[in-house]
Amino acid sequence: MSQGPSQHLPTVGKSVPRADGTPKVIGTARYVDDLPAMPGELHGATVRSPVPRGILKSIRFDPNFDWSDITIVTAEDVPLNTVALIAEDQPVLAARHINHAYEPIVLLACADKRRVLLAKNAVSLDIEALPTVLDVHESLKNTHTVWGTDNIQKRYLITKGRADTEDSVSAIDAVLAECEVRVSGSYSSHHQEQLYIEPQGVVAWWDESGVHATGSLQCPFYVHKAFLKTFGEQPSRIHITQAVTGGGFGGKEEYPSIIALHAALLSKKSGKPVRMIYDRKEDIEATTKRHPAFCEIETGCDKDGKLRAIKMRVLMDGGAYLTLTPVVLSRGALHASGAYEWEHARIEALALATNTPPNGAFRGFGAPQTIWAIERHIDKVAAVLGMDPLELKRKNILKLGSVTATGQVLHTSVAGVECLEKARAVSEYDRRRKAYSEKQGRIARGIGAAVFMHGAGFTGSGERYLKGKAAVDLLPGGRLRIRTASTDIGQGTETVFRQIVSDAAQVPLSDVDFAVPCTTHVPDSGPTVASRTVMVVGSIVEAAAREVGDRVRKEQQASGGTFAEAADRLLAREGEVTSLLQYSPPSYIQWDDQHYRGDAYPCFAWACFIAEVEVDRETFEVTVTNFWSATDVGRAINPTQCRGQIEGGALQAIGWALFEELVWDKGIIKNPRMTNYIVPTALDAPPFHTVLVEEPFSFGPGGGAKGIGELPMDGGAPAVAAAVEHALGIPMDDLPLTPERLFARSASGAQT
Amino acid sequence: MPAISLKVNQRAVTAEVEPRTLLVEFLREHLSLTGVHVGCDTSQCGACTVFVDGVSVKSCTMLAMEADGAEVTTIEGLAQGGKLHPMQQAFHEHHGLQCGFCTPGMVISSADLLKRNPRPTEGQVREWLEGNICRCTGYHNIVKAVLACAEGSAK
Ligand code: FES
Ligand code: FES
Repeated sequence: MSQGPSQHLPTVGKSVPRADGTPKVIGTARYVDDLPAMPGELHGATVRSPVPRGILKSIRFDPNFDWSDITIVTAEDVPLNTVALIAEDQPVLAARHINHAYEPIVLLACADKRRVLLAKNAVSLDIEALPTVLDVHESLKNTHTVWGTDNIQKRYLITKGRADTEDSVSAIDAVLAECEVRVSGSYSSHHQEQLYIEPQGVVAWWDESGVHATGSLQCPFYVHKAFLKTFGEQPSRIHITQAVTGGGFGGKEEYPSIIALHAALLSKKSGKPVRMIYDRKEDIEATTKRHPAFCEIETGCDKDGKLRAIKMRVLMDGGAYLTLTPVVLSRGALHASGAYEWEHARIEALALATNTPPNGAFRGFGAPQTIWAIERHIDKVAAVLGMDPLELKRKNILKLGSVTATGQVLHTSVAGVECLEKARAVSEYDRRRKAYSEKQGRIARGIGAAVFMHGAGFTGSGERYLKGKAAVDLLPGGRLRIRTASTDIGQGTETVFRQIVSDAAQVPLSDVDFAVPCTTHVPDSGPTVASRTVMVVGSIVEAAAREVGDRVRKEQQASGGTFAEAADRLLAREGEVTSLLQYSPPSYIQWDDQHYRGDAYPCFAWACFIAEVEVDRETFEVTVTNFWSATDVGRAINPTQCRGQIEGGALQAIGWALFEELVWDKGIIKNPRMTNYIVPTALDAPPFHTVLVEEPFSFGPGGGAKGIGELPMDGGAPAVAAAVEHALGIPMDDLPLTPERLFARSASGAQT
Repeated sequence: MPAISLKVNQRAVTAEVEPRTLLVEFLREHLSLTGVHVGCDTSQCGACTVFVDGVSVKSCTMLAMEADGAEVTTIEGLAQGGKLHPMQQAFHEHHGLQCGFCTPGMVISSADLLKRNPRPTEGQVREWLEGNICRCTGYHNIVKAVLACAEGSAK
């Protein structure tokens, strides 16, 4: 029974257990492959290119194989052969040109799971190999054009101060020449596989109401858009539903469109439902990964450490097709100058095509790569100046009123200094830094820090164009139902949204429901990406809940009774009581897309991560022994979940720095399995000491929450590298820091 | 096809299986016990962990035929009389999960640890769980949940 407003106990700020916790601990939560088989269901499989580039001459189906119960789909069967996203360069199935290994060419389906795998082996592809481009440096030379006319998928230029002129290169060079101290360096980072533990999968079918797909996915409306394009169906005849999803981290942002299109194509041709579930190897090989990046930085500062000017060039490897690369590159460019104030800046960012599987969304979305570079560089500047790196960062950090590289004046919710000082204090950074600088034995210890910020929500005017929507419905008995396309992929959206609604409408948490995200029943809230779910969609949900709650209470005041009785009267009278609202971003946001200038994000979340390591100087094994962090989240709606995001993200970053490495040989992945692509285990994970800082953002829900999903991925790698560098005294400018690579660097005698 | 008889979640089961059927396939596809998850094909992730004769086993490393005559408990059979097993309760209360895909395996492995060692140290918990991969949580709250369960503080 719902209670009136007077009895409501706030839930925001409380670590209530996950709403989906019980089904997940008792094993009844149904992930896509747990859904019962539909009548007549077939299993789908994909035949992929074994080579990174070539011309498909023919497809041969072994005449000795019995094809009678196998459904075959090739490019000819695809109504409109393009995957709708930003550009239309990627085919659903390759017809002639093959641009990366594992590119899909033939789809097969059969009721018998084993027979479909045998059928795969009975298909042979005749491909004439073409010369390949496998890294950004080759791609930039454009000896072989593999994308567009010059291999450049996207370019951004950000200029500030004296560099803000026609000839920005000469201008920034002139500024740098005047600086007392100049430091330059280059920093590289590598691919990373999302490695959600549930592989990608979907079930698709057609019936009289159109086409259906249910899958493990982050953004049902992306899949909807892809179906709209490829099948040319009416929007209302496309029904995309999210199944319980076993992690995404960006990996299930854009890729699910492809697997869903494939399953739906097989289903259309066979007239049967089709289930397509990747095994781990196929998932690692074929789906998107983090963009590798190569950054060159030259900076100038005063002798006392005041930073003056930065010139930076970022090269990101987009892979064979555009996918979301322009947006990833944008976020990378906008975070490239770090959490510091520069009077003069020139940042050029380029995405280049290569004949490798398309790189795409992965937690952090381009920012971890450029933050890796700038943090390593600032540490290098400190070494040149003979200053403590954290002290140098403290001296130059952006504060209230500071101006970023894009000219954004920070006038709200800035907590860089506070995070830095908190992390420094809890980690006893100064004491440890000094202690570990003494001569060490076989086991060398080190400590290092990264300071950074992460823009929450879409870049610039993104939210204004997107017009995200969400709804709250009144249900009988005074219950409320949240309807949004924001998916819970493990990060806890369902729980946090319920808390927001419970407080906004002043109803008990147990009276709030969360509708399964299905494109037919929920409004398009925009994608579940960019740390926008809580801050942006959460604020729409909050306003909608407040509106519905107020209407019921008005009815209660007018005619009495409990909240539940008033709700029932209202529903009886009006039939439907719903608040469907659209997001309107804070009005101060001004963004010039052409010159890449203005308010890049409505606000930033801030953090300082500090890692302590032990390095065995004979085996070069690195152990992270402690990990401290202070993170400004605006307002923690569910503090334990918030810390969980930070710890989980930080461990992914530690994995990226120390263990995770895709080994490539001429465009082919040599280690596409969990046996040889190594992610951190419980033993590799350090004890986390996680401090939350709350510097509210007045437009955020629950009293000022900011986006927090991606930020934890940004600072882990540079903090760990700084600690390893401190322990070994060898520069750590290139990821990953595997023992083999550390050994090679140490053997080459490099010294800081 | 050979027949096997075993007890699964305290129910007697007799079935004909192809000799190459893995225990995980048998549990998921024949018995619809889909709380047993598959996260890899190389016995790495531990999402498929179940009890076989009281010992935690990755059910993708075992043939169904090898379980002939055995007693198998999956995550679905862990709760008794409508009451969560203390380890399930601890994971829920201490936020030992996010996406939940690793959770069934984690819970079973952890329950097995406490059977062998009722008061493990943090280091022993981490070492024991090395064969169960979680990509979401950073393990912090998983370790906390197991230790809390050991202390009996999970209500
Ligand atoms: S499915 Fe990964 S260990 Fe069994
Ligand atoms: S909770 Fe997602 S893998 Fe462990």
